[in-house]
Amino acid sequence: MINEALLHPNVATTEWKLPSSRKVAIVCLILTETCLFSIFVVAYLFYLGKSLTGPTPREVLELPVLSTICLLSSSITIVLAERAFKNERDRLFKFLWLLTIVLAAIFLSMTAREWHTLIYERGLTISTNLFGTTFYSLVGLHASHVIVGLCLLLLVFIFSLTGSLTQMHRERIQMISWYWHFVDAVWVVVFTVVYVIGR
Amino acid sequence: MAIQEIALTTSRAPGISLVDRLHGLVVTVDHKKLGLMYIGTALVFLVVAGLMAVAIRLQLAVPNNTLLEPEVFNRFFTMHGTAMVFLVGMPIIAGLGNYLVPLMIGTRDMAFPRLNAFGYWMFVFGALLLYFSYLGAPGLNGHGSAPDVGWFAYAPLTGRAFSRGHSTDYWILSLLLTSVGSTVSAINVIVTALTMRCRGLTLMRMPLFVWMMLVTNFMILLALPSLSAAQLMLLVDRYLGGHFFDTQSGGSAVLWQHFFWIFGHPEVYILIIPGFACMSEIVPVFSRKPIFGYPIMVGATTMIAIISFGVWAHHMFAVGMTSVGNTFFAISTMLVGVPTGIKIFNWLGTMYGGKIRLEVPMIFCLGFLFQFLIAGLTGVMLAVVPFNWQLTDSYFVVAHFHYVLIGGLLYALFAGFYYWYPKAFGRLLNRKLGLCHFWLFTIGFHLTFDTMHFSGLLGMPRRIFTYDPGRGWETLNLIGSVGAIFQAVGVLFLAINILRSLRHGQRAGNDPWDAWTLEWATTSPPPVYNFETAPVVRSRRPLWDVKHPEDPDWKYEESEN
Repeated sequence: MINEALLHPNVATTEWKLPSSRKVAIVCLILTETCLFSIFVVAYLFYLGKSLTGPTPREVLELPVLSTICLLSSSITIVLAERAFKNERDRLFKFLWLLTIVLAAIFLSMTAREWHTLIYERGLTISTNLFGTTFYSLVGLHASHVIVGLCLLLLVFIFSLTGSLTQMHRERIQMISWYWHFVDAVWVVVFTVVYVIGR
Repeated sequence: MAIQEIALTTSRAPGISLVDRLHGLVVTVDHKKLGLMYIGTALVFLVVAGLMAVAIRLQLAVPNNTLLEPEVFNRFFTMHGTAMVFLVGMPIIAGLGNYLVPLMIGTRDMAFPRLNAFGYWMFVFGALLLYFSYLGAPGLNGHGSAPDVGWFAYAPLTGRAFSRGHSTDYWILSLLLTSVGSTVSAINVIVTALTMRCRGLTLMRMPLFVWMMLVTNFMILLALPSLSAAQLMLLVDRYLGGHFFDTQSGGSAVLWQHFFWIFGHPEVYILIIPGFACMSEIVPVFSRKPIFGYPIMVGATTMIAIISFGVWAHHMFAVGMTSVGNTFFAISTMLVGVPTGIKIFNWLGTMYGGKIRLEVPMIFCLGFLFQFLIAGLTGVMLAVVPFNWQLTDSYFVVAHFHYVLIGGLLYALFAGFYYWYPKAFGRLLNRKLGLCHFWLFTIGFHLTFDTMHFSGLLGMPRRIFTYDPGRGWETLNLIGSVGAIFQAVGVLFLAINILRSLRHGQRAGNDPWDAWTLEWATTSPPPVYNFETAPVVRSRRPLWDVKHPEDPDWKYEESEN
C-alpha cells in the first residue's frame, strides 16, 4: 500500500507546527469585512459636499465624544477580561466582561439617541440627501457590527453564568476579542471620516 | 487493503433507500460529498444557462428574427451571464477546491466542515432564488420578471423608475446569498491550506493546484465585498429612498461602474486561476516531467492576483475618464500579460522534451493553451485605449471574454473532470466519448467565437436582440449560431459520458494516470477519512519518491536550498 510507504520515519521526528485554524479564519473574516467597510468609506468621501440640498454635516452633526470613549475603553476592558480568564480569576472575568457589555450598550443607545435627534429634530433621514444616504449607511453598517459583537459578548456572559465556560474555550474568547478590536478600529476610521474630515 | 474493503462496503451497502440517500446528502459535512454536490449543482446550471445561450444564438441566426421578444432576450442574456459567473464558475471552483485541497495536502477534511455545508446551502438558496424570479418578481401591474439589466446591472437601469417590479431585487438578494456562500467557502479553503497540511508539506512543496486555490480564494475575500457593498447601496436606493446612484439628487451612476468592476475584474481572475490550477497539475503528469519553474509559477500567480486589483477601469474606457486614468489602466492591464505569459511559457517548458501522452485531459489542456493565448492577445488589443473606444460594447468584446472563459477556463475544467473523475468515482470516463466531446465542442467553439471577433470589428454591438440585413453580419451570425449547436451536442456527450461511466466505465484503480500528488495515494473513491494514517512528505512529488526510491525528488530539492 502506497499509504504506508509515505511515512518517512526520519522526517516524522522533526517538529511540525502550523498556525491555529481559528486565528487564520478570524483574520480572513476581518480582512473581507475591512474591504466591505472600505467601499462604504470611499462612497462617503466621494459624496462629501455633493448633496444638492441641506442639511449639511456641519449643521447637524455633533462630535460623539462620550460614546467614542465608551467604545474605545471597551477594547481595554475586554483585554483585561481575557487576561482574568487566562489566570482563572472567574469573578473578575465576569465583572470585566459585563463592563464591556455595558460600555457597548451605552455606545449603541447613544447612537440611537443621535439618530433620533437627527431624524425628528434636525430633519435628516436616509432619503433627505446624499449626506443622509451615505451617513446612515456607513454609521449603520458599523452599528450593525456592534450589535453582532454585543450578541457574541452576551452569549459568552450567559455561558459563564451557567458555568459551561471552561479553559477549553480560551481561544474562542480571544477570537471574540479580536473581532471586537476590529469593530473598534473601524469606529476610529468612521469617526475620523464622518465627524472630523466630513464636518 | 483494509481501506478499500471498508470503502466498498459503505458505498455499496444494500438496502439504503433513496430517501436515506437524499437525507445523507442534506446532512453531510464531508468535503468530498460537498465538493461533488457543488460541481453537480453547477453542471445543472451550466445546462440551463447554456440552453439560454443557445436560444440567444438562435434568435441572432438570421436578421429580423422574431423567435424571442426583445424583453425576453434581455432577460436571457442577463440570466445567462449572471448564472454562468455565479452559479456555474464560482461553485465549480468551490467544488474542485473542496474535493481536492484536503486530499492533496494529506488531511481528513476541511478546517470547518459545518461551515462548508453552510456555504453550499447558501449557494443553492441563492441560485434557486435567482431562477425563482421568473415566478416571484412580477410586482404591481405585472411589471418585472427575471432580471433584465445585464450581468453588471449598470445604474440608472436598476433604479426604481426604470426597473419596476422586483426583478432587480431578486438579482441583488440572490447574489448577496451566493456571495455569503463563496466567502465562507473561501475562508475555509484558505484556513485548510494554511493550517491543515500534513507533516513535511511546507508551503513551497504544496501542489500548484493548492497554491492557486489559495490565491484565488484570497482574491474572493478581497473582491466580493465590493459587489456586496454596491448591492447593499442599491438596496438602500431602491427600498429606503437613498441616492447613491441617483443622478437627479447628485448621485453618480459611474460610481456603480467603479464598484462593480473593482469586484468584476478580479472576478475574472478568480475564475481563470483555478483553470491555471488544473493545467498545472495535468500538464506535468501527461508530459511525464515535473512542472517547469515551480517557484516562478507561484510568483506569477501572486503577481496576477495583485495586478488584477489595479486594472478594473479598463472596462470603463468609454465612460470618459481623464487621460491620466486611461493611461494608468491601459498600462496596468498590459502588465497582467507578463505573469500570464510566464505561465504559458512554463507549461510549454514542462511539455518541451517530455513524453507527452495524448489522453483526453491532456488534449483539453492543449486546447486551452492555444485558445487562452488568443484570448490573451485580444485582451492586450482591448487594453489599447483608442482600439477599445472603437470596439467597446461590440461583439469583439463578447468574443474576447468568451475565449477566456470558455476557450480558457472551461477547457481547463473539462480537463480536470476527465483527470479527477476516476478518483471521485473509481471509474474512468470513456475515451471515445471524450474525444467526440472534445472535437464537437472545439469545432463549435471556434465557429461561434472566431466569427464574433469579425462581426464585432464590422460594428455589431452586443446585447441587440436583432439586426437589419445588409450590414455584412448575416453569414457570420449564422455560422456562430450553428457553432452553438455543435457545442451543445458536445456537452451532451460529456453528460452521457459522466452518467454512463458511473456504472460502465473501466475500473480506474487508485492511480490510473501514474501521477505524483497525494490524492492518488488513497483509494478511488477515497474513504470518508481519506487517509488511514497521515502521510509524510519530503518533496513536491511525494508519489514519485515512493515509486522511485532509488532517485527521489527530495534529493534534488533539498540540495537546491
